[in-house]
Amino acid sequence: MALEFEMQPQLRVVAVGHVDHGKSTLIGRLLHDTGNLPEGKVAELVAVSEKRGAVFEWSFVLDALQSERDQAVTIDTTRIWMRTPEREVVLIDAPGHKEFLRNMVTGASDADAALLLVDAHDGVGEQTRRHALLLELIGVPRVVVAINKMDRVGYAQSRYEAIKAELEELLGRIGVTPSAFVPTCARDGENVTTQAASMPWYGGPTVLAGILALPPAHRNESGALRIAVQGVVRQDLRRIVVGRVESGTISVGDELFIAPSRRTARVASIATFPPSDKTSAGAGESVGFVLDGPLFVDRGDVIADAAHPPPLAKRFRARLLWLGHGPLAVGDAFRMRFGTRVTKVVVSAFERVIDMESLDRSGEAQARTNDVAEVVFSCPETLSLDPVSAHPGLARFILLDGVDIVAGGTILTALVSDAAAIPDNVVPVAHLLGDKARARLGGHRGAVLWLTGLPASGKSTIAMEVERRLVEAGAHAYVLDGDNVRAGLCRDLGFSAEDRRENIRRVGAVAALFADAGTIAIVAFISPYRAGREDAREAAGDAFHEIYVKADAALCENRDPKGHYRKARAGEIEDFTGITGDYEEPLEPELVLDTADSSVEACVDQLLAYVERTLAFDMRVPV
Amino acid sequence: MLWSMGKDSTALLWLARKAFFGSVPFPVVLLDTDMELPEVYQFRDELKRDWNLDYKNEPCPPESSVDQTLPPATRAAARKTAGLRELIAREKYRGVIVGIRRDEQATRAKERVFSPRMPDGAWDVKHQPPELWDVYHTDVPDGHHMRIHPLLDWTEVDIWRYTKRENIPIVPLYLARNGMRYRSLGEKNITVPIVSNASTIDEIIAELETTRQPERAGRTMDNESEDSFERLRTGGYM
Repeated sequence: MALEFEMQPQLRVVAVGHVDHGKSTLIGRLLHDTGNLPEGKVAELVAVSEKRGAVFEWSFVLDALQSERDQAVTIDTTRIWMRTPEREVVLIDAPGHKEFLRNMVTGASDADAALLLVDAHDGVGEQTRRHALLLELIGVPRVVVAINKMDRVGYAQSRYEAIKAELEELLGRIGVTPSAFVPTCARDGENVTTQAASMPWYGGPTVLAGILALPPAHRNESGALRIAVQGVVRQDLRRIVVGRVESGTISVGDELFIAPSRRTARVASIATFPPSDKTSAGAGESVGFVLDGPLFVDRGDVIADAAHPPPLAKRFRARLLWLGHGPLAVGDAFRMRFGTRVTKVVVSAFERVIDMESLDRSGEAQARTNDVAEVVFSCPETLSLDPVSAHPGLARFILLDGVDIVAGGTILTALVSDAAAIPDNVVPVAHLLGDKARARLGGHRGAVLWLTGLPASGKSTIAMEVERRLVEAGAHAYVLDGDNVRAGLCRDLGFSAEDRRENIRRVGAVAALFADAGTIAIVAFISPYRAGREDAREAAGDAFHEIYVKADAALCENRDPKGHYRKARAGEIEDFTGITGDYEEPLEPELVLDTADSSVEACVDQLLAYVERTLAFDMRVPV
Repeated sequence: MLWSMGKDSTALLWLARKAFFGSVPFPVVLLDTDMELPEVYQFRDELKRDWNLDYKNEPCPPESSVDQTLPPATRAAARKTAGLRELIAREKYRGVIVGIRRDEQATRAKERVFSPRMPDGAWDVKHQPPELWDVYHTDVPDGHHMRIHPLLDWTEVDIWRYTKRENIPIVPLYLARNGMRYRSLGEKNITVPIVSNASTIDEIIAELETTRQPERAGRTMDNESEDSFERLRTGGYM
């Protein structure tokens, strides 16, 4: 992002569209008609073409400028500087070929606006749709459309209107509203910089006028404050928090909310070099500031104004362009970089791949290279997750697989809660006690220890033993066991997939209440589906601990203390998890207890050590 | 951070001072060919002292050690490339911050802000990773390094406007004396001044608004042969 000072207003425009719809010709013509080509260049190229028996084409201009580097215009396959009296325009020439899509999005992600070309004769092509969709994803909402090669359709207004209507509908669905639809014949310079005599029915702007009329990129000064913390610079005795203001303003005295730690602080001073009496900074500025007390702020945190905190969650919906070589599917794990934070994410649900013909959901459950897809990501830590609609600068991410970039995308919505969503007319009443007050009573915080695993993996045995040891040590602990719960709270439920999910949801909600009441709720449930366990995690928040009781199916079937496997093999129990193999292993459990390799006693000790460590650690967080 | 004492890398150094509140926390390196103009060395000595820099002078290998098929005017650049390669290997640097700009030169226009380099410093221009928004990808495999180009989107005029606004010191050779000034500073045997009467930064800005001459017209190395600069850059030149 370029710095703001007394700069000429520079506008970066990316030219996109289906291959062969005339991008190079239009750019060549624009450069020529605005006087940005060296003198005699066109005459020279015409002569060369005639000598070779070829017809001169405007796209030769780009080729020629590229081979003759460092002329008065600087030229590159991707960037051309075009000077006009009003403003300097940087034309970014993005390749139309599908195999260069990564270059196209690289070019587009640097642009303020786009010039989308469509061939009047051939109409909207697959790459037109794809590029339009990517413009939305990348966040280039300012678009001028050139409906080119009008000579091929006899300059017919009806053809122009038909393509315009089709594009308006298409772009409207994506959420892009072009500022102009210009009928052009770029080869002849018609409606490029001057009005065309061949199309008297058109009264709108030329391509150049359309580009120059594009409003400059706006800075969100009035929005809620957001700063992605780049780091903390220690100087003398000061700790200066540094970052760029994405939106809003920050001033001395402001009360700030720090995410995801949920702490608050006030701005004591703004730091500058050389020192100045600056007391506030606005969107687009890189700023350093000192807070009014000792505070834990680190790179990756998000600073907001206290009145407008960001959504905090561990799951979110996202739209992304998949650039990896293999398919993208549920369970795939990556490092994600957004704002200044790097975190681990896992694809926990696959929502859809967008079909390029219809722009609707395709039937695919995985994305292939260059697909645009919508998925749900889960991450092990609570994150500040502003949606792209509100804070694009903080909602754009890349996914990394090793050192490779495999996707770019945007955060659509934070999933604070999903299956456990609270109905609108239910307003939870806040307790007057913090969880630390309850913690003082029991000597520990409340928690949910969620033991998941195959039937006969050892969950109940471990749960009961851990409960006994904890209670004997003076802790409040209680096991929520599958059959006990089904005998009461859930006696209306059967064993259909829906009822099983509801069963898990209720247990998750009850366990969360136990935890809130200061008790260590030990849940021993097969809970085969990730989605169900995620619901339970949402219900209990940070108090939730997923404990994977691990043993392979063959071993469990061999143990079979309740005879369930035998009955399932005999057909007496349907949909038995251990046999149908539909158990979804936890992707990132807090703890794994391997009952195949360790004794029950060892697993119990391991879990107790974990409880001691994590819950006692929480106790030491200063009030 | 590389510092050639030119207007771009000095503006970059100033940005680093601002970002870190007066003390630049990384070494500032001159790839020294021993061929800079005397005014340039004098400027370095003043700033080194006044700005309290962690300055490192990196002597480049002699001309006899570089590829003799390169045109003579490009050999200083080849010496710098070799010097940088040795420096990175010796110090095990994972990142080098460089003040190049896209509008300077056609091959630089293709650059990324974060540009990964192979162990020998080579730039694989045809297989560059995507770079999306300003969500930069900062990781490189072991032994590789990253070139970081914070000024990539700035133009020549931007540099001068910023230099004026911030009152950043410049080598006086940029300002016209007796109808001549240096628009771009390189080694003394391969850089020539241009005809100009611009004796203040404001006059330089006014001159640039109307000129159709490229910035590096006075740099013989760029104009020696068509592909010399591209060869240099893919081989690891800045």
